[in-house]
Order: sequence, then C-alpha cells, then structure tokens
Amino acid sequence: MAIRPHDSHTAAHAPVRIANGSAIGKRFIRNRWMYFMLLPGVLYFLVFKYIPMWGVLIAFQDYSPFGGFWNSPWVGAKHFLIFFGEPQFGMLLRNTLILAVYNLVFFFPLPIVIALMLNEIRKEAYKRLIQSLIYIPHFISWVVVVGIAYILFTTEGGIVNELLLALGGEKINFLLNAAWFRPMIVGEMIWKETGWGTILFLAALAGVDPQLYEAAKMDGAGRWRLMWHVTLPAIRSTIVILLILRLGHFLDLGFEQIFLMLNPMNREVGEVFDTYVYERGILQGNFSYSTAVHLFKSTVGILLVVGANYFAKKAGEEGIY
Amino acid sequence: MYKQSFGSKLFDVFNYVFLGLFALSTLLPFIYILAGSFTSPQEFISRKLVLFPHEISLEGYKYIFSTPILPKSLAVTVFITAAGTAVNLLFTCLMAYPLAHKELDGRRTIMLAVVFSMLFSGGMIPTFLVVKSLGLIDTYWALLLPGAINAFNLIVLKNFFQQLPEGLEEAAKMDGAGDLRVLWQIVVPLSLPAIATFSLFYAVNHWNSFFQAILYINDNQKWPIQVWLRQIVILSQGGLGDSETFDKNYIVPPAQIVKMAVIVISTVPIMCVYPFLQKHFAKGVMIGSIKG
Repeated sequence: MAIRPHDSHTAAHAPVRIANGSAIGKRFIRNRWMYFMLLPGVLYFLVFKYIPMWGVLIAFQDYSPFGGFWNSPWVGAKHFLIFFGEPQFGMLLRNTLILAVYNLVFFFPLPIVIALMLNEIRKEAYKRLIQSLIYIPHFISWVVVVGIAYILFTTEGGIVNELLLALGGEKINFLLNAAWFRPMIVGEMIWKETGWGTILFLAALAGVDPQLYEAAKMDGAGRWRLMWHVTLPAIRSTIVILLILRLGHFLDLGFEQIFLMLNPMNREVGEVFDTYVYERGILQGNFSYSTAVHLFKSTVGILLVVGANYFAKKAGEEGIY
Repeated sequence: MYKQSFGSKLFDVFNYVFLGLFALSTLLPFIYILAGSFTSPQEFISRKLVLFPHEISLEGYKYIFSTPILPKSLAVTVFITAAGTAVNLLFTCLMAYPLAHKELDGRRTIMLAVVFSMLFSGGMIPTFLVVKSLGLIDTYWALLLPGAINAFNLIVLKNFFQQLPEGLEEAAKMDGAGDLRVLWQIVVPLSLPAIATFSLFYAVNHWNSFFQAILYINDNQKWPIQVWLRQIVILSQGGLGDSETFDKNYIVPPAQIVKMAVIVISTVPIMCVYPFLQKHFAKGVMIGSIKG
C-alpha cells in the first residue's frame, strides 16, 4: 500500500509531542529540590514585591481598608486631578526639583573630583588611609548623621554656633531656619556619601591601560594633559551611566534624611513628594490619594530614565539598555 | 619620565593637604562626640570645645542607662540584626543557587521578574497595606520579612555561584549528594568570602533600620535603637533617666552630653565591625561592578 503523507505526518509528530510533555515533567521531578529551594524566594518576591506592584491600582480607586481591594469603588483619575489642583502640588514640585538639582550640581561631581585626586596620590599608604576614613560615614545611619548635625549645629551649645559667637558673629539657627534647610541637606549628603561614591570611579580609573599613559608621556604630555586626554575619557562612560541612573532617580531624594530633618518651621521648603505620601497615606490614612501621588512620581522617574538613556545614546555613549 | 614642574609639585602638596582635611572632616565629628560623651558636666560647660577630656566621666552614660529603655532597645536591635541577617542569608542563598543553573526551566522568567522588581515597585503605601493585611504590624516579622532579599545581592551571589567549577557539583552528585546537600556542604563553604560580604552589608542595614520600625511598629517596647536615637537627639523628647532613681540633688547632665552618649552607643557596633567590612567590601563591590 502507498504511504499516505498525511498518516506519516501524524505518526511522526505523535510520539514527539508525548515525549515533550513527559520530558518537562521528568526534568521537574529530577530538579524538584531546586524548585523547593526557589520557593521561599519566589514567594517573597510575589508577596512583598509583586502584590504591592498591583497595589498601585488603588490609586484609581477610593480604597477603603474595610472593603479591601476587590470591594472598593473605581474612580479613575479622580485622585490625580485633585492632586494637580492642590496648592501643595506646586510647593512639592518646587521643593523636590530644587533639592534634586542641588544634589545633581553640588553632590554628583564631588566623588568624581575626589576620585581623581586620590588617583594622583603616589604614596599608597596615605591613599589607603584616606580611603578608610572617608568610607566610614556611608555605614552609619541617617539618624546618626542628622543626630550629629543636630548636636553640632544647635543654637543651644552646639559647637558651630559657639565658634560663630567666639568669632564675634551671631548665632544662626541652622536647624530650624527654612533658609538653611537645603544647604544642610546637601552638606549632610556630601559628608555621608562622597567618600563611598568614589569607589566606582576609582575602580574605573584603576582599569585604565597604563600603556595609554606611557604613550602620552612619550609624546611629551604633562600632568594636566594626561588627566584631560587619558584619565577623564577613560571614566567618561562610567560617569555617563551613573548620570543616567541618577537622572532616573532624579525625584528620589533621600527620604529618611529629609524625614528626619523636617520640622514645622522648614516644612515649606522641605516637604517633598515622598514625605507628603507618608503624611497623607500613613498618618492620615488617605491610601488611594497618596498612592496616586507616588504613582505620578514613579512615572516621571521612568520617563526620565528612558529620556536620559535616549539622549545618552544619541550622544554616542552606551546607554544602560 | 616627565619632569615635574613647579605647578605640578604644588598641586601634589595641595592634593595631599586637601584630601587630608577632607578625611579629617569625616573623623572630627566622631572624635568630638566621643570625647564629649565621656566629659563631666562641669568640664563640658566650662570648656566648650572638648576633644580630649581632662578626666573621663561616665555621668552621661550613667544617666542614659538609668532606665531599662535603652538597654532593651539595644537588645531588640541586636536581635533584629542577627535574626534579620539569618533570614537574609537563608532566603538569598536558597534562591541564588537554583538560579545559577542555566538549564533550569523557568529560570529566565524568574530572573526577569527579579530584575523588573528592581526597577518598579509598588511603593510605601501598597507595601504597608500588604504587611498590614498579613497581620505583621507591631511584630518583629515586619522588620525581618519585607527586606528578606535584596535583588542586587541576589544577582551578585547568583553570578558568584555560576563561577564555581561545575565539576564539583557533578562529583558530589555522583557520590549521591542531593541538591540541598551540595549547596550546604560544598557551595556555601566555598562561597564564604562572598557570603561574608553580604552578611556584613545586610547586618549593617538591619542595625541602621529606622523607617521600617517607624512605619510598622507602634509599641515602643519593640523600638530598635535608631528610633530612640531620633527621639532623644533630634526630637529632644527624652523619657530617659527617671530622676527618682537618683537622689534629690541630682542634676541631669547637659542635653548635649546625653545626646552624644546615645549616639556613641548606637554607632560603636558599626565602628567595631568596620575593619571587617573594609576587608571585604572593596572586593565585593568589584565583583558586583564587573558583573553588573
């Protein structure tokens, strides 16, 4: 009998299909301990990362703890519109933007500068000593940092004000005066994180091919030319990537730091989106509204990363994706 | 060799001095606070700036330990740090090991999910609501579970496991070891440097944890030390030192000394651990940055 193509077609597939099914099953059973090990972690990500991700949807509801997620009414963009219309919106935007810009302009370049300076140190022992010291503030909590600031800058016996008095000046209320809030925030950030921030740049600098330096020196390059033409270009991509990441987190200011530094006197300049979310959401229980605020902020953040990455690629640098 | 110009030498001097001053500015506040905490009230008031007290006084410390509040809080903090780090290590190692096996079905999906969770999160309110609905408010679990795995650490550990020689696992399995045994008896001992690095980072994080406690814990008996630190140093709301335990003529030490003593006891453990951190983190960060 002639072989009908249709039969052989089916016959050829049937055993393969069955084999696939049992192959996956067999692999699963063979690796069952692996999956068992994965279970706690996967559950963790599901419960504490992914369920809250879906939780942002309550921004579009009038969420009430009594009804829960499934029984609260949907209100669309109501909370967003209320938020944009609130007088606080302008203040929050202004405060957040200004602090973010200050951070970018005054803090971001410093680890680079310090790293470059450290790179120029010939005596290894001195370099290591300096590094050991400047990394320390990174490991202490913001509570301690702000606590130290409170002890040093208070008007009641704080050493800074005592010094001002001794020099013939007047006491300045660094901690309560709204005008000093932003400088204090930036100053604290610089003190705490500059040292640690140098690590990535030092690693990049250490990766520069010594032959580049040799070649440049043989062409008669002096110290400054070396830095400008060899060192800086070498860390340029590191700087750009960090800048992109920084921009993506542009609106993410140090929540704990600001939270600790806020008081009734400087709230006007200090209140930012994140602290507002805490106050309206946790303290006042406006869950939906505060989640809407947060969602707005996150969305802007994502747009910033995408935008920054796009422009970086246009400028010829590698982006982060 | 290029001849060093005068400008270049000048720059060198400037460099050394500037960096020295910068490092000093990091150290001085600690020295000032440490010294101040051990100063007697009389000397502190008369001398204003004390970098080294003429005589060591424990007045500040006697005062802050006069009630069980701070010792209890320190005990709570030690507990959270130890238990929290243990939870971290358990969850992170258990999850990183299977993910290091490229042939595992579903690995890619899980990795994508992990990376995605680093970029996008539900935020404070939804996470709070989840913790609340699990009934964890005012329990220590609220401080141990929500941060159980740091996605970045997970990825770095996974990459580290991937680098281990495959032959080891095969050999062990031929001797009849199951996956769990391979992890526990072979992979982990070999990965101790990496695991030590993570443990230190996780532990420091737990010791410093402040906001989670504010968010999830209302019972002040369960407050870790950072919360009390804020109460005393920043909000200047003492609640410390029951003056009745002292005699009628007792004068409470100046607030500055009290605050300094509290800062010292909150920071000393970190300072003790710091040399060990230093040994490991430079390596750890390099591993992370090369892979990342």
